[in-house]
Amino acid sequence: MPYQLLRFALNKKYPEPCMFPTPERLKPRYDVVIIGGGGHGLACAYYLARDHGIRNVAVLEKSYIGAGGTGRNTAIVRSNYLTPEGVALYDESVRLFQDLSDDLDLNLFYSRRGHFTLAHSDASLRTMRWRAEVNKHLGVDSEVVDRQFIKAKCPEIDLDCGHNAPVMGALYHPPGAIARHDAVAWGYGRAACQRGVEIHQGTTVTGIRTEGDRVTAVETNRGVIETRCVLSAVAGYTPRITSMVGLRTPITVHPLQACVTEPLKPWLNVIMVSASLHIYVSQSSRGELVMGASLDPYEVHSTRSTLDFVEGLAGHLLELFPFLWDVKLLRQWAGLSDMTPDFSPIMGTTRIDGFLIDAGWGTWGFKATPVSGKTMAWTIAHGRDHDLVKPFRLSRFEEFDLVGEKGAASVGH
Amino acid sequence: MKLLRCPINGLRPIQEFYYGGEYRPMPDPDASTDAQWADYVFNRDGAPGVRLEWWYHLASGVWFLAEHDTARDVFLRTFLFEELGQG
Repeated sequence: MPYQLLRFALNKKYPEPCMFPTPERLKPRYDVVIIGGGGHGLACAYYLARDHGIRNVAVLEKSYIGAGGTGRNTAIVRSNYLTPEGVALYDESVRLFQDLSDDLDLNLFYSRRGHFTLAHSDASLRTMRWRAEVNKHLGVDSEVVDRQFIKAKCPEIDLDCGHNAPVMGALYHPPGAIARHDAVAWGYGRAACQRGVEIHQGTTVTGIRTEGDRVTAVETNRGVIETRCVLSAVAGYTPRITSMVGLRTPITVHPLQACVTEPLKPWLNVIMVSASLHIYVSQSSRGELVMGASLDPYEVHSTRSTLDFVEGLAGHLLELFPFLWDVKLLRQWAGLSDMTPDFSPIMGTTRIDGFLIDAGWGTWGFKATPVSGKTMAWTIAHGRDHDLVKPFRLSRFEEFDLVGEKGAASVGH
Repeated sequence: MKLLRCPINGLRPIQEFYYGGEYRPMPDPDASTDAQWADYVFNRDGAPGVRLEWWYHLASGVWFLAEHDTARDVFLRTFLFEELGQG
């Protein structure tokens, strides 16, 4: 090694950059234990430390940071949902995303693109109008647009879709954006660590101890931690955690697959979604087309990829953009989606004192990362559900008070 | 291609089948409380493992039960509802 380089390497002024310190051992006691080191768990840890001064917090991650849904989604941020409860929650999240790069001092590549949801039938156009009116009423920038408008914003599209399912119009949501999902988790994690939170990667929760209806401790593969407050933020792994405390939920787990093409020169400046064709596509800042389709049709707890998925997706992509016929796929992967019957999350306190849940994020979790972190931190600090969280409480099911969210992605409706 | 064995038609591609959800015996609607009924309607056993599921063969209209390991995505056994409880 040349001397100049070696001198630099040994200089204490330039230590090895490290985003997350690795604490050697678990402390015997924490005020709050967060299970799951994804975006939601780390955001909650960050807001607990920043807004509520609760710093004796451990985030337990059985794999590595962002290994689950956080690093597997298609990174779309939007708020043009259908229910007032959903719109209020997701719109607050979009607002928080606006200055998150500054807040976390990390470039999240947050890029406002404009989000089109294509309608191929009268029925879906009717739903788009409904959504647009709900959105406008609640102050969200959203409107129904015609074919000319879509063509002007995206000249490459074949609006006739090979004469198979011609596009009739679209719901257009200008604030729709994409962001670099890994960076969101890293940014929240680093900012939480700087405020005293401990992140323990490679730490699996094996049990949760309760006394009566109160949480007392968390058992892990690295020892037992005493705590009186546990937040489960583990998305597709939720049923395993809730079964540890004997809590029943409506969550079922389906894989959701996605893929990217080789990088192309920038051409697609919008996010294009078609529920009828089961496809959503955007172009990342690296030039890859990031694509997803719909949920796998049956329950499996595995992140395997299938050829069926690529075949269906590629076919539909070519209906919208025939000129992509010779573009190669680079990678395909799957994540676990924790689906709920009303396509809304399950958040907040439960009947077990000290056991909180942030789950049911199915195919719509990434965009809610900031708002779920912020409202769950508030809920933990105050011991009662935040106003935005209340409609999504677990007990809504036994009260027959569901939040039918049909604006969710990747679900047939 | 993933295959599933229909008890009537034998091994067929999985695209020919429709998943009908977890097999759950229905409680007596008249005898159950609202909470028990809500539990039956909404709650599911979502944890990974071997469990019984309803499946439907679209081409021939056969509903049947499948023992499915949701952790490994392996089908252990498929059989008609009449054979339930016969091992």
